Formats: sequence, C-alpha cells, structure tokens
Amino acid sequence: MATETAPGKMATWLEDAKGEVQDAPIGYGRMKRKEDARFIRGKGNYLDDVRLPGMVHGAILRSPYGHARILSIDTSKALAHPKVAAVVIAKDLETLGLAWMPTISYDTQAVLAGDKVRFHMQEVAFVVALDAYSAQDALALIEVEYEVLPAIVNARKAMDADAPLIRDDKVGQTNNLASPTWEAGDKAATDRVFAEADTIVTRDIIDPRVHPSPMETCGMVADMNPETGQLNIYNGNQAPHAHRTVYAQVAGLPEHRIRILCNDIGGGFGNKVPVYPGYVCAIAGSIVAGAPVKWIEDRSENLVSTGFARDYIMQSQMCAKGGKITGLRVDVLADHGAFDSTAQPTKFPAGFFHIVTGSYDLDAAHCTVTAVYTNKAPGGVAYRCSFRITEAVYLVERMVEALAWEMNVDPIELRMRSFIRPEQFPYETATGWTYDSGDYHKTMKVAMEIAGYDQLRQEQQEKAAKGEIMGIGIAFFTEGVGAGPRKHMDILGLAMNDGADLRVHPSGKAVVSISAQTQGQGHETTFAQIVAEELGISPNDITVRHGDTDKTPYGLGTYGSRSTPVSGGAVAVVSRKVRDKARLIAARMLETRPEDLAWEKGRWYVRGDQSKGAAIEDIAEYSYSGSPMPEGLEGGLDAQAVYDPPNLTYPYGAYIAVVDIDPGTGHVHCRRFIAVDDCGVRINPMVVDGQIHGGLTEGVGQALMELISFDEQGNCVNASFMDYLLPTALECPEFELGETVTPCPHHPIGAKGVGESPCVGSPPCITNAVIDGLRVHTQGRVRHMDMPCNPARTWAAMQGNAAPPQ
Amino acid sequence: MASHNGNARFLAGGHSLIPMMKLRLADPGHLIDINPIEAELNYIREEGGEIRIGAMTRHRNMLESDVLAKHFPIFFEAEHVLADPVVRNRGTMGGSLCQADPAEDLSGVVTALKGEAVLRGPGGAERVVGMEEFHIGPYMTAVQPDELLIEVRFKVKPGGGSAHEKVERRAGDFAIVAASAALWIEGGVIKDCGLACSAVGPTTMHIGRAEAAVIGKAPSEELFAQAGAMASQDCSPSADGRGPVDYKRHVAGVLSKRALSRAAASALR
Ligand SMILES: Cc1cc2nc3c(=O)[nH]c(=O)nc-3n(C[C@H](O)[C@H](O)[C@H](O)COP(=O)(O)OP(=O)(O)OC[C@H]3O[C@@H](n4cnc5c(N)ncnc54)[C@H](O)[C@@H]3O)c2cc1C
Repeated sequence: MATETAPGKMATWLEDAKGEVQDAPIGYGRMKRKEDARFIRGKGNYLDDVRLPGMVHGAILRSPYGHARILSIDTSKALAHPKVAAVVIAKDLETLGLAWMPTISYDTQAVLAGDKVRFHMQEVAFVVALDAYSAQDALALIEVEYEVLPAIVNARKAMDADAPLIRDDKVGQTNNLASPTWEAGDKAATDRVFAEADTIVTRDIIDPRVHPSPMETCGMVADMNPETGQLNIYNGNQAPHAHRTVYAQVAGLPEHRIRILCNDIGGGFGNKVPVYPGYVCAIAGSIVAGAPVKWIEDRSENLVSTGFARDYIMQSQMCAKGGKITGLRVDVLADHGAFDSTAQPTKFPAGFFHIVTGSYDLDAAHCTVTAVYTNKAPGGVAYRCSFRITEAVYLVERMVEALAWEMNVDPIELRMRSFIRPEQFPYETATGWTYDSGDYHKTMKVAMEIAGYDQLRQEQQEKAAKGEIMGIGIAFFTEGVGAGPRKHMDILGLAMNDGADLRVHPSGKAVVSISAQTQGQGHETTFAQIVAEELGISPNDITVRHGDTDKTPYGLGTYGSRSTPVSGGAVAVVSRKVRDKARLIAARMLETRPEDLAWEKGRWYVRGDQSKGAAIEDIAEYSYSGSPMPEGLEGGLDAQAVYDPPNLTYPYGAYIAVVDIDPGTGHVHCRRFIAVDDCGVRINPMVVDGQIHGGLTEGVGQALMELISFDEQGNCVNASFMDYLLPTALECPEFELGETVTPCPHHPIGAKGVGESPCVGSPPCITNAVIDGLRVHTQGRVRHMDMPCNPARTWAAMQGNAAPPQ
Repeated sequence: MASHNGNARFLAGGHSLIPMMKLRLADPGHLIDINPIEAELNYIREEGGEIRIGAMTRHRNMLESDVLAKHFPIFFEAEHVLADPVVRNRGTMGGSLCQADPAEDLSGVVTALKGEAVLRGPGGAERVVGMEEFHIGPYMTAVQPDELLIEVRFKVKPGGGSAHEKVERRAGDFAIVAASAALWIEGGVIKDCGLACSAVGPTTMHIGRAEAAVIGKAPSEELFAQAGAMASQDCSPSADGRGPVDYKRHVAGVLSKRALSRAAASALR
C-alpha cells in the first residue's frame, strides 16, 4: 500500500546547500554513510535477527508494586507448562552467587528480587521456554504473594523520619541516603562573592526523570556451550569490552572464554551502558537450560525498568556584580531510584555535574550533590550526555536567563559580558576543570546573525501587542567530553582509554579495528575517513571493525561523546604509526634515507624530487612481498595503539529557539531553532549535522513532552509510547545550523566530540524560550516553569500556577 | 459470529484491537476479519440528499475525499490530525465508532454532523441508531456482539459549515481535548447546530445545551463564547497525564468557541 507523507514540513534535509557530497573523499568531507546502504534497505542485523540452533526464549516476571515484601513464590504451575524449560528465581541465583550484582556506582542491585521488590516492574522471576509466547504465558502461572509496603516516589520525602527504609538489604543502612553529600568548588569564596553581589536570583530548577528510549530495546542471546565452557553473548551494548570484564568478575567466568558480539544496534543514548538483570538472567538461563537463550524486553519493560536519566532537583542561586555574572551556588537532590547505578567514572559520584559554571568566567562557585533512594527504577544513565553535564548546562543556562531578566539586561548581553574570553584559554574553572579552547563571543555572534536576533525581539513586541505569544530562548553550553585521562578517571578500575589496530593488506586496502561501539553514530564512515586522511587510502577501501571482543582491541566504548575524542585519537595515532613504518619501508624501496622523504596524502616521496616516490599501496605490497625489509623491521604494514587522552575536549555552541504559544491552550510550537556548534575539526560534516539534528529533536522532546512519572503507590504511568511521548518531525522546525571551528589543541586531529552537544544545549534553550514568551505575555509576572512544557503545564504556568513535574 | 457464541471480535483496521490484544487487555477467542468485504463497505457516496460512508472506509479515504471536503470540511480537518499516516492507512470509520474511545476524533465529528449509524444483525436485519443512543459508556456502544456496523449517514442541508479543533501533546497523539462543530446558517440565522467534545468525559460529549443556545440566533463571537462556556461547564473531564480537570474544562471552552467560529465562517463562505 502506498503511504502518504505526513502534512507539515520535513525537519531535516541532510544534503543541504552547505557543501558538496562526495562519494569517497580521501579524508574529511561530506560523504554518505557507508552503513546506510544496509540500513535503508532493511538489511541491518539487530539482536532479534540472531537465531541460533536450539535456541530457547526467556521472559521476565515483574513486580506489580513499587514497594512490597515477597512472602512466597510458587513456580510449580509454570514449571508444569509443557513448553517451559526452566524457571529461575532469586533462590536459584543465590546458589550461583548471582542474586545480587554490583552496579557501576559501587552499589549492589538485585538481579531477581528475593526479599522485597523495590520498584514497579522490578525483575522477580525468569522463565525459559521453547518459544517466546509460551514464556509469556508461563509468567501468568507463577504465583507470588506480596505484602504491599508504602512507596516513596518523591525524593524530597525520602529522608523524612517516617519514610520506609528501602535498602534494608544493606548492612548499616538506616535511612534512604544513597550517597553522602559530595561537593565541589569553594564555599567560603562563594559566600564572599554573594555577600558583595548587586543582584541575586534564586530558583528551584528541576531536570525531571526522562528515558533515553532507544528504538531497539535491550536484550541478549546468551550461548553457554556446556562442552567447551565458551560463553558467546550477542547483545547490543555501548561498551562490549567493559561488559566482558564485568561478566568475568560477576559470574567468575574466565574472561578469555567470554566473547561479546554486538551486531547493529538500534540506538543506545546511554540506555545500553549498564549491565541489566535481564542479561545476567539470560546467561544463568543458558547455563541452566544448556541451550542458547534469547531474551528481549518489550517497550514497556524498557521504559519502566531500564536506565532512566536526570531526576535532579537543583536549588540554585546566581549572582552578578557590575553587570556581570560573578557567582553560582547549587544544592542538588538526586533521585537514584532503588539502586544506585548512576553512570559515572570512579571519584565522580555526581558525574561531571560540577562543570556547572558553564561558559562563564565566575569569581567563585560551589555545588553539593546529595542522593537518595526512592521506589523507582535505577539508572541515572548519561542520556546523550557526558555524565550529568546535561543537568549542569540546563541549570546554568536557566539561571543566566533568570538573572538577566532580574537585572533587566538582554540575556545575550549578559552572556557576552560574562563569557570566558578567548585569551583566557586554557581556562581553569572555579570548580577545577581546564577548558582547552574556545571563542565564545564569535560563536554567539554567528548564532545572532543567523537568527536575526534584533528583528526577532522586535517581532516579539509586535506580536505581544496583538495578544499573541512568541518566546525567544538562548542557551550557550560548554561540554567536557571524551572521558578520559587515566590520571584523572576510570570506571570500575578500568582506564577510560581506547585501542585501535590497523592492518593494511598487500593490495593497499585496510581494516581498522576499534573498541568504540556504534549505535548509529556512523563509525564505519567517520573512522574510515580518519584513516583516509592520515594515509591517503579511499574510505571505501577501509573496513571499520567493531563489536566483537575477540577481534577488536580493548577499550571503554561509546558514550559521553567519547568515540571521536578517544577512539578517534587512537585511530589517528595508529594511522600515524603505520605511516611511520611505511616511511622506513619506502626509504628502502627508494634507496634513500627516511629523513629524506616527505609525505603527501597517500605517498612518501623524495624531498626535492616529487616524481620519485612510493604510494601507500605500493609500500603495502612491498611489505608483504619477498623483497628485503629494512634492517630490524618486521614484514607487513600494521600497527596497534592505545590512546590515553591528556584532557577532556570542550565543544561548545550557541543556540537560539523561537516558540509560539497558543494563549488559549498553552500549546507550544517550536518555530525556529538555530544551532551553531563548535566541535573543532569536522571529519564528516554531514555526520555532524545528522548528530545535531538528532540531538536537537531529543531536546525538543525533553523540553516539551517527555516525563517519566509515578502515582502515589509507585506505579510508573508511562509504560508505552502512548504515554511516554517522543517527538516527531512535526514538532521540530527545520533546524538552522551554523558552525565555527576552534580545533582542540591537544587532540591528534583537533576534533572534539559532538554527539551529545545538541541534546545538552537544546532543553534549556527551548525552555527559556517558553518562559520568555510567558514573561512577555504576563508583563514579567511569570519567570519560571519546569520541563516538560506540555500544553497543560504551560497553560498553568501562564496563569501563575507553575508546578514541579510529577 | 453466531457460531462462536459471541466469543469473537470483528477485525477492521486493527489499530485499536491489536494494540489491546498486545497489552492483553482484550483476549477474544476468535477474530473475524472483515477486510475481505472491504470492497462492499469502503465507499463515500452522495445520494438522496445524504452522504453515506461505509464502515470499512479508511481514514485515508476520508482525508482525501472530495465529496466530504465539499460538504463537510470537518472530516479533512479531523483526519488531518488523527493519528499518523500508518494508522490512517488501515484504521476505519467502523472501527473508530465501535471502539468508542472517549478521546476519539471521528465520534465527535459524526455527533456534530448528526450522523446515524446503520447496524446489521443476524439474518440481515438492519436498524438505524442516532449518535445519542450509539454511545452508552466508555468503550461501549449500542452495537450488539452479533451486529456489524455497515455505514454512517449524514443529511446534507443547506448553509452547512463545520470545523474540528484539537489540542494534542504531540502530532498523532489522541486529543487532550477536541471539539467538533457544525452549523447550518440560512438568511443570517443559525438553523441548526451540532457540537461535541472528545476526551472530556466517559464518552464523546454532546453539548446539547450549547446547540440549543445558538439555534435561531445570528452567529457572533459573543454567542460562540457563551456556547464555549457551556461546553466548559457541561463536559466532565477527569485528570490524567494529559492534564488536570480545570485545564481540560478551559480548553473545551476555547476549542468549542474556535470550532463554532470557523464552522460559521465556512458556512457563510
Ligand atoms: C498510534 C495510534 C494513534 C491513534 N491516534 C488517534 C487519534 O489521534 N484520534 C483518533 O480518533 N483515533 C486514533 N487512533 C485510533 C485509530 O483511529 C483506529 O484506527 C480506530 O480507532 C479503530 O479503527 P480500526 O479500523 O483500526 O478498528 P479495529 O481495531 O479493527 O477495531 C476496533 C473495535 O471495533 C470493532 N469493529 C470494527 N469494525 C466494526 C464494524 N464494522 N462493526 C462492528 N464492530 C466493529 C472491533 O471488533 C473492535 O472491537 C490511533 C490509533 C493508534 C494505533
């Protein structure tokens, strides 16, 4: 049947006028993604496409309550089902030592609940059956007796004296504090700055609980071979090598007999960083059943039980003196849910939240983060963000906007006065980060020009006179991505480095193996282009291999915009190693000394005689031939590298949003969105644009519609895409992109990460625009609302009844 | 249907029934696929001063129908914001009315246009039911388990105009509130009016008091504002993820007024 196109404007035109698309630029440039040929033909190979001989199917029985004691579990009827192979409950896991597993934040999490269920849809039992339908049917045959307990869904009530104790499994735990208060910055200095301030603005800023919602849900095919003890794991995750190490530790299996295979992955966004109970169950199920077990969660399971993001309540104050921002203080109450599995490097219990001073040259800043347990799903994953930077940027950009209007200064003007100046880089922030490079004023001006900022303000006034509501929002973000230097950080004791292995074959074609794990970011194209740029081989002649821990070097994977900053660094370095080796071989071939050779893309030639040279494919052929190698050099043309970044990279950007708000219904329409990103050198500008379009779309979702919420009993009420809304092209304007390029001074190719920038910068930008519209409409009375700015909440805010999201 | 003793459901577009089965909210013993009789039941006809829409007419056919666009622009407006192209390609008039979701758009449209449903029972016996009797509760209609909805009929009267207004959280979502209005204006006087609101009560809300209040009067913004206020008062929304009660009441009023104003404009064109 023919389909029609939805009415309205398409949001994206990937091939815009900004430069020609080339088939295969030898290096950087706008090149169509190599992987798209299979994706657009429906020939991707996702987890559910994995079908192994003898494979059986798993399903999880989940808690119907937010908080309840388990009195008994009777699995006999399920076991009697003719197609059921096994039923696993906590008791069975205890014998394997797998009832509890460590989280990435050094907490523990129940794999299957034995004593209590602590959040709605927590895992209680795992059924293995001959087919997926029977597994589902058998779930209904398991009888669980519960004693329902009061649930805590409001983090602000978690520390009340009469709050029920959620983690009674933890020895010595007497309240619902998840981690002690952590702080950064200088409190005394900050107090002094505030004491001297001209203007202080105070806000409770909430970044509510949302979900990354990858299109493909989480799942696994676990294949434990009882004869060989080899465990093959098919599982779309963002960090296959780290996962392998974790399984080895948790299950006590030898690491060399675990192989993780990630085929194509339908999105991750941080949701596929954690190890979930379902994975451990699938492995246990395969051990018990003696057959490969496929377990794939459905949409509801993904939304309700897997890693959420945000859920930060931020009490904040910002101050100004002499017309410029001078100080910031923030006290965060973090809601971790029932188990603390926040994604973060060791030593950073609040992730990189303390980058909260943003793009501004402040005299002092101080922040504290206190985390509590509640009866909600665990997570705290870095949803398209580098460890809580989204929360930090949301906070600082909301506060700057609020402060500007408090001072009666245009919000761009206040930013311009307060930005870190170009000559201050490298710049040490009040909370201890060293920003590498930037020219914020320039980028802001480019955005103003594209937007026609002054005309927009004029239009806003004209509209206001007619009773129409138009809002203009600004956000200027700085991100710290590419975690990270081993001297500063690790995850579960593992250095956050990445390996690369490059082999140039005799014909001059190459395979580069990497530890980063694409979930749709276009690595097969981008990383080939990095090698192409360094060696002069066509990207079409380079295969990028990833997703098989037996065949790729160790590294920490893809999240926190770290692929290009870290893995990309490794690929550049390994390419240069190959180039250096090629030089030695070329010298032998050309019967000259290596130092007499010069490089032009794709070939070494004799300095002073351009015509005399050896192309990379000739050098490759020579290296594998019977001809003699230079003294002391092994045959072949390949190399390995591990890249340890000296610092994070600091991409930034200036965003401007224009919204129209219906005065009668509170409906917000985002009419324009201008995004000027500076991510340093752009390898494939079209891939960058694609990342920005995707991230902006997610920002539209978070700002306007997304929210994971709970009723008083602890039931999550967003169990499907009918209730948890994701944005479509119709909610998005045609994004207007611009760029400035400030190369990263310490990165091998000057690149900074960009995958997350748009998702970090756009939520405050759109929220600021909505509040700006309401501010003008109400003659300054309305100055705040929290996301999501959906029609009902926006209308309430318009009436002066803004309420925190619930 | 008779041979399964009612333990069966008709399957039309499947865009309501299949999701309910996936969520295990519906568990019929049998499905009776009526798509094979689509040729008989997919039509939009103008005959005898009436428009007749067959029960298997797809949303997309209604969206693209010139006949409907000419007489009842409300169809285009409602279909334009109803679900998404995938759903519109399959979902049907019959399925929409029989599902009787209180947030459904077409039930409001049919109510405002004062449509009648033709039901056929065992042995071919037909009966005609007005929308007033059709909706008997949330997800409940006058259609008996062994009856099939065959078609929906509307009288074409002079001076007609109609409009549909909807606020949604996102394109393709069910309404937070929707208002469907039809007016028949002759000689500058409103001769007849239909007004219905969706998603603000246990069933599609027919705002009879507002209809009575505008009939016999000349169309004006003040009049429609009064009618909107009545819609606000007479609907009975409940709070949910789409918004609290006061908001929904307010929006029912705003949208009713807007729909009536635009219906008047289209009638006078
Ligand atoms: C994602 C999504 C978004 C949607 N958004 C909207 C929206 O914005 N607005 C809106 O109004 N609707 C919306 N819908 C509902 C959509 O319009 C459905 O297509 C419609 O409600 C049902 O039509 P159907 O033909 O698919 O019915 P089916 O699912 O096939 O059937 C629905 C019910 O009606 C019964 N039935 C069907 N035909 C007959 C008949 N001829 N006689 C007797 N009983 C019959 C069936 O037995 C069943 O009980 C949405 C649906 C989806 C999936």
